[in-house]
Amino acid sequence: MSEDLIIPKIIINEINKKYSSSEAKKILKELNESYEKAKITPGEAIGVIAAQSLGEPGTQMTLNTKHFAGVAEMSVTQGLPRLIEIFDAKKEPSTPTMTIFLKEPYRDDEEAVKKIAAKILEIKFEDIMESITVNLLDFRIEAQISMESLENYALTLEDVEKTLKNIFSEEDVKVLKKGLVKITPKKEIEVIDLYKLKTKLKDIHIRGIKGITQVLPIKKTRGWIIQTAGTNLKKILLMEEVDPTKTISNNIFEVASVLGIEAARNAIIREIILTLKDQGLNVNLRHIMLIADTMTLEGMIRGVTRYGVSKKQESVLARASFEVPLKHLYNAATRKEKDELKGVIENIMINQTVPVGTGIVKLVVNEAENNKKTIKDKKKKGE
Amino acid sequence: MVIKKMADVYINGRLEGCCDNPKEWVEFIREQRRIGNLPKEVNVAYDEDQNIVFINTEKGRARRPLIVVKNGKSLFTTELYEQLKKGEIDFNDLVKQGVIEYLDAEEEENTLIALDESQLTPKHTHLELSPAIIFGSKASMVPFPEHNLSVRVMIGAKTMKQGIGVYASNYLLRMDTDANILHYPQRPIVNTYIYDVMDYDSHPVGQNMVIAVMSWHGYNMEDAIIFNKSSVERGLFRSTYFRPYFTEELRYPGGQLDSIEIPSKEVKGYRTEKVYRHLEEDGIIYPEAVVNSGDVLVGKTSPPRFLTSLEEFKMGVEERRETSVSVRFKEKGIVDSVLLTDSDAGNKLVGVRIRDQRIPEIGDKFSSRHGQKGVIGMLVPQRDLPFTASGVVPDVIFSPHSIPSRMTVGQLLEIIGGKVGALSGKFVDASPFSSESERELRDTLIELGFKDDGTEIMYDGKTGRQYKARIFIGNSFYLKLKHMVANKIHSRSRGPIQLLTRQPTEGRSKEGGLRLGEMENHCFVAHGASLLLKERFDSDKTKIPVCKKCGNVAIYNKFRKKGMCLICGENTEIGFVEMSYAFKLLLDELKSLCIYPKLNLKDKM
Repeated sequence: MSEDLIIPKIIINEINKKYSSSEAKKILKELNESYEKAKITPGEAIGVIAAQSLGEPGTQMTLNTKHFAGVAEMSVTQGLPRLIEIFDAKKEPSTPTMTIFLKEPYRDDEEAVKKIAAKILEIKFEDIMESITVNLLDFRIEAQISMESLENYALTLEDVEKTLKNIFSEEDVKVLKKGLVKITPKKEIEVIDLYKLKTKLKDIHIRGIKGITQVLPIKKTRGWIIQTAGTNLKKILLMEEVDPTKTISNNIFEVASVLGIEAARNAIIREIILTLKDQGLNVNLRHIMLIADTMTLEGMIRGVTRYGVSKKQESVLARASFEVPLKHLYNAATRKEKDELKGVIENIMINQTVPVGTGIVKLVVNEAENNKKTIKDKKKKGE
Repeated sequence: MVIKKMADVYINGRLEGCCDNPKEWVEFIREQRRIGNLPKEVNVAYDEDQNIVFINTEKGRARRPLIVVKNGKSLFTTELYEQLKKGEIDFNDLVKQGVIEYLDAEEEENTLIALDESQLTPKHTHLELSPAIIFGSKASMVPFPEHNLSVRVMIGAKTMKQGIGVYASNYLLRMDTDANILHYPQRPIVNTYIYDVMDYDSHPVGQNMVIAVMSWHGYNMEDAIIFNKSSVERGLFRSTYFRPYFTEELRYPGGQLDSIEIPSKEVKGYRTEKVYRHLEEDGIIYPEAVVNSGDVLVGKTSPPRFLTSLEEFKMGVEERRETSVSVRFKEKGIVDSVLLTDSDAGNKLVGVRIRDQRIPEIGDKFSSRHGQKGVIGMLVPQRDLPFTASGVVPDVIFSPHSIPSRMTVGQLLEIIGGKVGALSGKFVDASPFSSESERELRDTLIELGFKDDGTEIMYDGKTGRQYKARIFIGNSFYLKLKHMVANKIHSRSRGPIQLLTRQPTEGRSKEGGLRLGEMENHCFVAHGASLLLKERFDSDKTKIPVCKKCGNVAIYNKFRKKGMCLICGENTEIGFVEMSYAFKLLLDELKSLCIYPKLNLKDKM
């Protein structure tokens, strides 16, 4: 009995455990039937249907993003630009964000959440300084720290001095009482290097997590969450206050490198659904899953572009028909590639039936068997 | 002590100097301009944020007239108004007097402009001539525009440009391409002030129609409109379409000439005798000839394109090509006029204008002046159309579903206004912001013995039964737009193909096919209709002989029933492969790119 079933083994076991054998038999039979029905028909053009199902709502999307007045929010790329970003598999989203969920004791405490948020926020030297100049006379860099912003970020001059001294080990660092910073190179260097030093100083990381340029604690029904601009999933997940099971990043490549390709697949699905939902559109999950699967099935993320998914197409003609044909044709010629003419596009080009739907069925006549039958029939009729 | 920074002065975008008290100085310049010491074209503006004075005197600035206001009082006094009314002064005098001045965009930034006199405060510097001035000449033509959505006014203005009318009174002398002339243009009953300002009576568009707002057996759904066929037969919205054809007797290098004549039968590319039947001795058609598509208007022959060595030895006259001008595909008409003149190069130029009457038919596009455009869905004889108690039958039935989402309230007012105008025999003013009020119109309707909302009890023309609902009926001005089915209708089952690809030609004038594009093709694939898709693309299918040895396209000799390959010679096996000709072409083109495509043949499973 169980050999005939096509439903996954886990489900069979679970049902067998829960119900008596006669009941389970009935249920399994019914389940098997519905499972069979739910399976897609062989030859169904799922790829084209998925593409159409996502392409059509794409035409209804607006390029403009809507904003609500008075609501604390961050500007996140939405709509068609975001969708294109996901499908093209851009290495870095135009607005990388994270939604950080916190663990039990912290998430209901506003003060604690604000503290965490402040801890996360990256502060560079640039953010706390007032002005920066290159003093060519004394051959040093002078920067004025803004005491006001220092206070805002709850930093002290000592903190800054410490970090600066750590990094500029080859230079003489002096931090005066009023916040004047003087950095003098110990060795003799060129003027250009002094300017390089200036940019380096501006970029110095003082506190927080690298890459996170903005934080915004938001109160949700289930406690506080922190929305960030800029992502650093690896470091955030390591923080003990953070709930690593819920925290998400919209940078798909980052998700892939931190959590693996399966997580990236889920991230793609989640991001597509989210962008569509924002526009009030609804696309069947399976279409999105199919696209996410094709984008991730090689263990790395490939965009739906001529460098990604299209590049991996087997057929030369199919590749050539999609952007830069000459390049593909010349490459195919040098490699002596063979086109088996098995795909849809190639068969349309040569005007043959496409191997989809009714075209996938082939009729094979067993002539030997056929002959026997006709002889039999003739004998019957003759007698 | 604060040192006040001097303001930079830019004249026509170039820094020319500085001034101490920019505000006063700018005011001084303006005063001088108003007095007449400076040209009226000078505009001056002070940008307080940047502390810069801009003076512009150049051409190319859009400027608009405004009434000058001093101390909260308009300079355009009642005295001036009376003088203007009597004709003692005109607009230009007011400009000269400094009562009205033209401002450009930059100077406008320094002003506070009141919309009308009642709003004036001491802070105001200018007064609008009329609030209606925010509309341009075309948008002002829309009646009751302040009751419409702004978008609809714009669409209305846009569709009015496409309306057929009498575009120029000398149209009979002109040879314009695509000219349309309306036969019985009328002056709109409901009108705006700009109509007379622009002297629209000299080049009118459209006609007044009786319009009923109701649905009629579904033939006016989705913006379609029902037309009264009997009205059309009485001449409603008839128009004439003109198309000129030109040809020139060209001179070629080597002293050869085109010649306008009836081509002799020896001429290369001679058509049938029938198409030349209208030509007179000079090779040109006579006026009032009834012509159909393909008929030759001007017979012409040209010298051969290439001089080959063979032809030089040919006996007799040289072979000439036929290059006559004939009536376009799917067009017909009557020859309206023939023009004989010289071209710029001094060659003989023949122009033939064809005229064709266009009677409204299903699919022709019409529009009111409120952007409510639609096509005729059905022409219904008068006997079948609904009628009112007084026996009025509408010319147009317009769907009520076009109203709520577009919110063209102005159109409803126009219909009521048109009804009032038609019943009382006067024109109704519907100028923006100064139109006759809705109340007035409604009251007049009651006085005339109608319901004030414009509705009337109507009866079904087919059964004679009274409709349960009262129908909104009145008069409205309608335009016939230049998009007519006669110019656009097209279908093809078979027809000409392109030489290179063997695929069907493109475009109506070439009897082309309708392309089954990439997205339509995806649709077939999505439905799994694989064999249907193949059949749709069979238009250029061919059987190509292929050499089984080398995979190249081979040659097949039908008479000897033997194939040969250009590479392997005659000693090879040939297989026939069915494919699109376009693919064969692709293979050839690949070869021209030094890519050598081979076809490996296998038996079909």
